[in-house]
Amino acid sequence: MAHQSDLIKTDIENYLQQQEQKSILRFITCGSVDDGKSTLIGRLLYESKLVFEDQLADLEKDSKKLGTQGAMLDFALLVDGLAAEREQGITIDVAYRFFSTTTRKFIVADTPGHEQYTRNMATGASTADLAILMVDARQGIFTQTRRHAYIVNLLGVKHFVLAINKMDLIDYNQTRFNEIVDDFKAFAMKIGLNADYLKAMPLSALNGDNIVEKSLQTEWYQGPTLMEHLENVPVYEEAAQKPFRLPVQWVNRPNLNFRGFSGQIASGYIQKGDSISVHPNGQTSKVREIIFPDFKTGNHHLEKAQAGQSVTLTLEDEIDVSRGAVICKKDSPAQEADQFRATILWMDESKMLPGRTYLMKCGAKTVQAILASPRYVVDVNSLEKIAAETLSLNAIGSCNLSLDQKIAFDPYDENRPTGSFILIDRLTNRTIAMGFLKFALRRAANIQWQALDIREDSRAKQKQQKPVVIWFTGLSGSGKSTIANALEKKLFGMDRHTMLLDGDNVRHGLCRDLGFKQADRVENIRRVSEVAKLMVEAGLITLVSFISPFRNERQMVRKLIGDGKFIEVFVDTPLDIAEKRDVKGLYKKARSGEIKNFTGIDSPYEAPHNPEIKINTVGQSPEEAANNILTFLIEQKIIEI
Amino acid sequence: MPLSPSTLPALTHLSHLESESIHIFREVVSEVENPVMLYSIGKDSAVMLHLAQKAFYPSPPPFPLMHIDTTWKFQEMVSFRDKIAKEVGMDLIVHINQEGVEKGIGPFTHGSSLHTDIMKTQALIQALDKYQFDAAFGGARRDEEKARAKERIFSFRSKRHRWDPKNQRPEPWSLYNTRKMPGESIRVFPLSNWTELDIWQYIYLENIPIVPLYFAKKRPVVERDGMLIMVDDERMPLYRTENVQEKMVRFRTLGCYPLTGAIESSATTLPDIIQEMLLATQSERQGRTIDHDQAASMEKKKQEGYF
Repeated sequence: MAHQSDLIKTDIENYLQQQEQKSILRFITCGSVDDGKSTLIGRLLYESKLVFEDQLADLEKDSKKLGTQGAMLDFALLVDGLAAEREQGITIDVAYRFFSTTTRKFIVADTPGHEQYTRNMATGASTADLAILMVDARQGIFTQTRRHAYIVNLLGVKHFVLAINKMDLIDYNQTRFNEIVDDFKAFAMKIGLNADYLKAMPLSALNGDNIVEKSLQTEWYQGPTLMEHLENVPVYEEAAQKPFRLPVQWVNRPNLNFRGFSGQIASGYIQKGDSISVHPNGQTSKVREIIFPDFKTGNHHLEKAQAGQSVTLTLEDEIDVSRGAVICKKDSPAQEADQFRATILWMDESKMLPGRTYLMKCGAKTVQAILASPRYVVDVNSLEKIAAETLSLNAIGSCNLSLDQKIAFDPYDENRPTGSFILIDRLTNRTIAMGFLKFALRRAANIQWQALDIREDSRAKQKQQKPVVIWFTGLSGSGKSTIANALEKKLFGMDRHTMLLDGDNVRHGLCRDLGFKQADRVENIRRVSEVAKLMVEAGLITLVSFISPFRNERQMVRKLIGDGKFIEVFVDTPLDIAEKRDVKGLYKKARSGEIKNFTGIDSPYEAPHNPEIKINTVGQSPEEAANNILTFLIEQKIIEI
Repeated sequence: MPLSPSTLPALTHLSHLESESIHIFREVVSEVENPVMLYSIGKDSAVMLHLAQKAFYPSPPPFPLMHIDTTWKFQEMVSFRDKIAKEVGMDLIVHINQEGVEKGIGPFTHGSSLHTDIMKTQALIQALDKYQFDAAFGGARRDEEKARAKERIFSFRSKRHRWDPKNQRPEPWSLYNTRKMPGESIRVFPLSNWTELDIWQYIYLENIPIVPLYFAKKRPVVERDGMLIMVDDERMPLYRTENVQEKMVRFRTLGCYPLTGAIESSATTLPDIIQEMLLATQSERQGRTIDHDQAASMEKKKQEGYF
């Protein structure tokens, strides 16, 4: 591996010192299938003399067996590592490759071109400083090329190289080159890609044109070679210029006298003595120590630290800081919110389910998140926003999401580490989406929640109760309403959400068009049971006090509400006692013929065969009766204490 | 003096790698129940251990070290292992596949692949099951081998310790999803993005102790199948045609002594080693028999549970 530098031979220690000053550049290669990404990387490794003789021997052997380049070396075989990839001649998964020159170390994410592996490509782009977008000079810009450019830009990669490859196959034609560049620039403008950071180059990865050395075939091209560009592109230590953020990963407590907060500085810089605040909750203190052990010198403290460094901070005050909190400088705190607008890239075969609770990991914090139906998905080709009910594999959409607690964050466009998140399915544990926080939603914006798929069980869960219908049946004057009232007061006192539907009251409104003939009575019950059903769906414990004399109709209600949610309470007061009470004077009127079709007098009452509860009001006060019902509900675990 | 962003020096590539590895260590300790560090005594393990100490200082790393002892390691490796464990104050678990020992499995009698499978892969699986570790740190690097280049930093294993390369979780940014089903475990590779050169430079820069076998010294070796094998103990059978010679040799990579080829060298210091490596024409695993058995053989071994 003859590294360029003669220093290795003559003065290795000097060489090592120089090497220590090397910076790092992470980049990604992307583009459509067969545009030659793997070949380009293989070429870069080969040109930087990073291919060893034994690997070269393997490569020659493999090229003959599997190669697609005839007698020539197939550099793609250097990087396609999985057996399935070598057989199919495609890249399935992200591969990370490493090479270095005298000034830089490079980490390359070689990513798949096939659309079905877009998620792997996005993963590779998430940590990249630069993207090489490969284009086959014969084919021009493909859908997949646009798609990748869109995603890479979405992920906030700043520097772009438009690598127009296979120039040898179009005779290094400058006109064709310019056409492709113009075509791409038109698209780049639409997606807001900054043209100042875009560099187009004519290449042949296979022949090595303009990779390390300027090609003699493209004298019309005045720009740098690919390697020159990679070595010199300024990777601003931008992260260090942003506000200070330290997501706390781990609380270090070796003994009672030491309490340190460990994490990797996401952005900004910090000095001993700086005032900080911790979010969410905003407690403040000052930095006492910045710990970063140096076992060689024994000096384990730093005066200052900056983005990228994994450190441990101790603070002047005893404040509550746990994993997931974000330490900020006091004068530039992170925002806090539990409702967001976010862009989401769906990465799983199973579709997004609006209303389902997913886990969201943002920094070192994991919380529960519910997604609303997408506001839209983006058609990456036309850049149109299209209405959608869900997100499926590789879809990019805009969504509102709601968390079970506040988190500290920055918009992704301002700060990658504190604005990015992943979603995890709680059942399969798969990482199903990556997301970018846009902004916090204000209360007013939350009204859009009707889009949410809230079902009966979620409403019940919110009220922390099991919704049921407690149906009181019995003769007029049997004491149904009095007992139902007493029970509702008890439930209300226990913070349960209830509603009482009383026969008389309903007849004043909803059913005022109905009389007391049999058909009207049936319709009356039907309406009330439908209302009761809606109330149960709303999550309420619904008490219905209705004479409901016919067995058939009560059976129908039971069926409608559902067994297990329908509790029939038979208030069993003998006719003579009810008539003797005659609170409303109705029996008197019925006996005199003033009222027709009165239950018990000239219309039958069919007592239930198997009511859940039977109440005998003789020798039992309404209060006692209500207590007995409550005991039953608790025993049946309908009411949980 | 107040600091302005423009006076901040750019982080070097080694600082980047170091901080990334420390972040990985802390993430595992925060999210899994029972982690362990696979300590293989080699240079990568030395760097990994050093980084773990940095990650948790002033606490000691909150997990034990575990060495899968095939009983065929170089003697110098074993004594180095015991010395280091004592120095860092971490628990050291040494696991040997007793079944394999009883059956007398060894590289000379049973060949390299059976020996590796039983004394290393199976032994590792036994140990992980025995101690119920749900995450194991390993020192593998992506630059070592093609299958490893495709492996995630957090790499999941089924109940039966198998790796499914087609079903890996995406790892965007540095957000690691550590959730797993009961019985599943994670192999975690904090050195994924380091190269061989990075490892050596870091050892040099941080003055990390390594096994003396990496430095050239006169050692007894025989030449066999084109490799120089060190005669480390009396278990090594010698053919009539073979002569034990004293040669200035060292090792680029360490494993079981009968399976690890030495190289002739005069490199006795770290700069010498690095110089030699930079001028070398063969990759480091070239001295190891297991990778050469068949194409994509590491992928196959990993699927079966090998680290």
